[in-house]
Amino acid sequence: MRFSERWLRTLVNPALDTAELCDALTMAGLEVEAVERAAPAFSGVVVARIDAVAPHPSADRLSVVTVDAGHTGRRTIVCGAPNVASGQLVPCALDGAKLPGGVAIAVTRVRGIDSQGMLCSAAELGLGDDASGLLILGSAESSAAPGAVVGAVTAAVPGDEPLVPGTDLREALALDDAMITIKLTPNRPDCLSLTGIAREVAAITGARAHLPAVAAAPIEGTATRGVKIEDEDACPRFASRVIEGIDASAPTPLWMKRRLERSGIRSISAVVDITNYVMLELGQPLHAYDDRRLDGDIVVRFAREGDTLLLLNGQTLALDRDLLLVCDIANPLGLAGIMGGERSGIGAETTRVFLEGAFWNPAVIQGKMRRLGFVSDAGYRFERGVDFDLGPAGVERATELILAICGGRAGPLSDVVGPLPARAPIRLRSARAAKLLGIPLSSDAIAEIFDRLDLRTTRHGDEFLVTPPSYRFDLAIEEDLVEEVARIHGYDAIPARLGAHETAMLPAPEDHRSANAIRHRFAARGWQETVTFGFVAAEAERLLDPDAHPIAVLNPIAAQFDVMRTTLLPGLIGTLQTNLRRRIAFARIFEVGRVFLRDGLAQPPRIGGLAFGSAVPEQWGTKARRVDFHDVMGDIAAVAAPLAVTTRACPQPWLHPGRSAELLIGGVAVGWLGELHPRLLQPLDLPSAPVVFELDAAAIQAIPVPVGRAVPRMPSVRRDIAIICNGNIAVRHILDALQETAPVEVESVEVFDVYFGPEIGPGRKSVAILVLMRDTQRTLTDADSERVVAGLVATLKERFGATLR
Amino acid sequence: MNDLDSIVAAAKAEFAGCDDPPALENAKARYLGKGGSLTLALKGLRELEGDARAARGAAINAAKTEVEEALAARREALAQKKLAAQLAAEALDVSLPGRGMPAGSLHPLTRTIERIETLFHSLGFAIADGPEIEDDFHNFTALNTPENHPARSMHDTFYVEGGMVLRTHTSPVQVRWMETHTPPIRIIAPGRVYRVDSDATHSPMFHQVEGLWIGDDVSFADLKGVFREFLRHFFERDDVTLRFRPSFFPFTEPSAEVDMRFGDGGWLEIAGCGQVHPNVLRMAGIDPERWQGFAFGMGPDRLAMLRYGVDDLRLFYENDLRFLAQFA
Repeated sequence: MRFSERWLRTLVNPALDTAELCDALTMAGLEVEAVERAAPAFSGVVVARIDAVAPHPSADRLSVVTVDAGHTGRRTIVCGAPNVASGQLVPCALDGAKLPGGVAIAVTRVRGIDSQGMLCSAAELGLGDDASGLLILGSAESSAAPGAVVGAVTAAVPGDEPLVPGTDLREALALDDAMITIKLTPNRPDCLSLTGIAREVAAITGARAHLPAVAAAPIEGTATRGVKIEDEDACPRFASRVIEGIDASAPTPLWMKRRLERSGIRSISAVVDITNYVMLELGQPLHAYDDRRLDGDIVVRFAREGDTLLLLNGQTLALDRDLLLVCDIANPLGLAGIMGGERSGIGAETTRVFLEGAFWNPAVIQGKMRRLGFVSDAGYRFERGVDFDLGPAGVERATELILAICGGRAGPLSDVVGPLPARAPIRLRSARAAKLLGIPLSSDAIAEIFDRLDLRTTRHGDEFLVTPPSYRFDLAIEEDLVEEVARIHGYDAIPARLGAHETAMLPAPEDHRSANAIRHRFAARGWQETVTFGFVAAEAERLLDPDAHPIAVLNPIAAQFDVMRTTLLPGLIGTLQTNLRRRIAFARIFEVGRVFLRDGLAQPPRIGGLAFGSAVPEQWGTKARRVDFHDVMGDIAAVAAPLAVTTRACPQPWLHPGRSAELLIGGVAVGWLGELHPRLLQPLDLPSAPVVFELDAAAIQAIPVPVGRAVPRMPSVRRDIAIICNGNIAVRHILDALQETAPVEVESVEVFDVYFGPEIGPGRKSVAILVLMRDTQRTLTDADSERVVAGLVATLKERFGATLR
Repeated sequence: MNDLDSIVAAAKAEFAGCDDPPALENAKARYLGKGGSLTLALKGLRELEGDARAARGAAINAAKTEVEEALAARREALAQKKLAAQLAAEALDVSLPGRGMPAGSLHPLTRTIERIETLFHSLGFAIADGPEIEDDFHNFTALNTPENHPARSMHDTFYVEGGMVLRTHTSPVQVRWMETHTPPIRIIAPGRVYRVDSDATHSPMFHQVEGLWIGDDVSFADLKGVFREFLRHFFERDDVTLRFRPSFFPFTEPSAEVDMRFGDGGWLEIAGCGQVHPNVLRMAGIDPERWQGFAFGMGPDRLAMLRYGVDDLRLFYENDLRFLAQFA
């Protein structure tokens, strides 16, 4: 909502400057978003009348102009504007004037003639972009300017002041004005008008408001039009009137144009401007129909099969059945409360106008514009709630302005009224308000606040019954009144204080570690955390897994964000690509975030990682090699500890089948790890394959509370076994077999070397295994350990055909 | 100078001239060895008698002790010299950088959220979490925002298949928590939220931290108090001022917007909040006559920008590793 500060001050004029007024509005909940000056600062510019124009004796393109600048005198000015002509009223910068941008005006000699000032274009004064000629303010013949009021000038119909030469231009054009934009919350539609804002300013500042008094128009016409409401709940009120004999081509007065423009509304034609003006002034959206195009009674009804409508915005709509229409007996005329139709719109030749000032049930309007894809000023107000008592006043006010500006004869006012919204009294308990706000509040103070808000109240001791006015749609329960009390009391006046409250110590389960704890572990091992969007490109998902069936975003902000990710991988790869483009070729990145699965709409948090480039950043004394599966496995194992992570082959379409594995904890699959499949390098524009992984976060967050067992006192015995076996036997199987068959004194078996080479033979490998043995009661003898090793070797021979190296 | 003195002097001089242990041991033999001069002198005692013998013996022993001491000192000196040479040879260029993986980093938003969690945890707030794909009920209806309510246009909502939405705020987490817990309640719920909006100050995905405190008498003054405490500690500055101004959220009443500033700087909006609307409490099965409290939703992205001097929100979601490395 944008409005002219000067306009507002005609209704309420608190002793506050612009900044203070804006601050007061903001602190009352009418957040001021922007304040623009109507014109930049300049001084010494007056209205001047051009009396004579003569060619400059020594310059083809210049004129020597004589102007009358009123009490500031007549003067001669050299002017280069092509549109200069005798009889015009133009802005004249006098000697000593300061123009926007710091331009100072002084008497200057131009080709032998003294120029005693400067005639200005709109651009030179910062009033517009037009620099092609002088800003023409009017002409001497019609110094009252276009749009002179037909009737008497009154406070309600101010008329335009005549432009008198010598008048300061800022005064003449009301340039010392500010355009204030407030960002209104949806609960305050009552402030979508100057009247509403004025009411609010009066309440918060205590200044007196002089709200527009609307008088009934004299009835001089006889034309009427019947109104039939098919659904009274949808249209509880429909006020209307026919005005005949108007001149729709009459120009809109400047004062009205100025107020509309400073409110962000373009002037169109007098009648349309008047309806918009009344909407801004009072808050009642109006619609004006060309009465000659209406056929029979007005019918308010919901759309029927096959109804269509060409809207004023040029859009033709096939109408859904839940759209409420204003029709005549033949056709739909407009979308009730939202927008009129093209056919019945006002034109310059219109002589008879049908004015509508209705109250539409907000529930009928709500959601419709969102569906239709446009917003109108009327619809915006009706879906939030318009004063249901205002329809007749709106029509009267528009009538008054039409009669004054376009002439005509008003017919009788029609006011069809159905069930208007109920305004049940609301109870407010002073103690409850004090408890919610946390401040002491006397009932007298509350009474005073209600009085300032002009709320109808009955008081019984410390309880109030408040009947909300017809213009407030946000007062329904006690808490709504508490907010009103707080607002007028001032949010700033409520202390910030942390009262004494009962507290309980929070549980700290040790068998669960937070996602943050895991993030810290990865970061400590050199991984950098990233955050990427939950939506990714469907293409990216399908490239990784042709069978992916991610959940679609129905209204994506861009095509590359059209599905919800089923894995963190696309985001990690995208991050790698971004950094590679910036010549950062070493990456160890991870993200903790949810993925979104179609099955049961599961949204499990996952930990995904990507390692790219060398095993460690290029550095002295380290042989460069590429990061591999095992490097990343080492980090995963360290982060997951004390949980033991094991692997098992399980090809994924996005991973190298020979360099990837499923990750398991306690035999349960919890994720995967591997090199990106080589088929993906070219489409992803990657120079080499990153190692990537993903883990179910929950699986490594659940951990056992440690149990501290005593350290064994008997010494352990170490024996190494080196075997040769088939190259494709997984080390995990060898270790499993050993653990399975080992006698009780074997404490652990681990691999400490794996070797392929010519002396081993093609397709075979050597595996070196460390066996640690211990007896808790006695020191093991050589014979004991030899017996154990022999047993293990026998197992390996039997199961894998392994031989001792 | 008698013979013993000259032997001692000669031994000292010879020892001092020895540069390595073998040479020193050879020199030792010449004085203390089997045929060494002092050994021979001792043997010569046999030829003396009585006092002369005793005096001579004492003199020889004194000389021997002196030579042995000189020998030990020289041995020690040579050992020291050898060690010094070894240490010199083994010296590293300690100015070289260390090897291995450099430090990783936490994302600045994680860091910020963790900080928020720590501060609120110290006030007794538990940490809650909820889904990002939400149903209409939890994102809107249970928060007193029925379908077609104009307040819905305050959020430009992403819709996904199956009639679901991407949550537009973290407020559904308070609904889910109240469905499963009874008052008193004190939680914060950080998480990712989504709105159809993208420019230098808006990202289509961003973060929010929801807060909810329901108790016997938790008031608007407490809400202001919590924010004042939090901001002072979060920024570790005393020149943080904040202002609460009336606003509107369907799920709080009264509602407020929280602005903050440093010193005389401009106001920055950091949170929306208010006393929980009785309809929200009732829908969650909590009696609003018995319990009351506040809820807030604040923007950690904005707080992170202010705390770390980041002027473009997009830096957080671009993931340039050089930017992230600053948060090691």
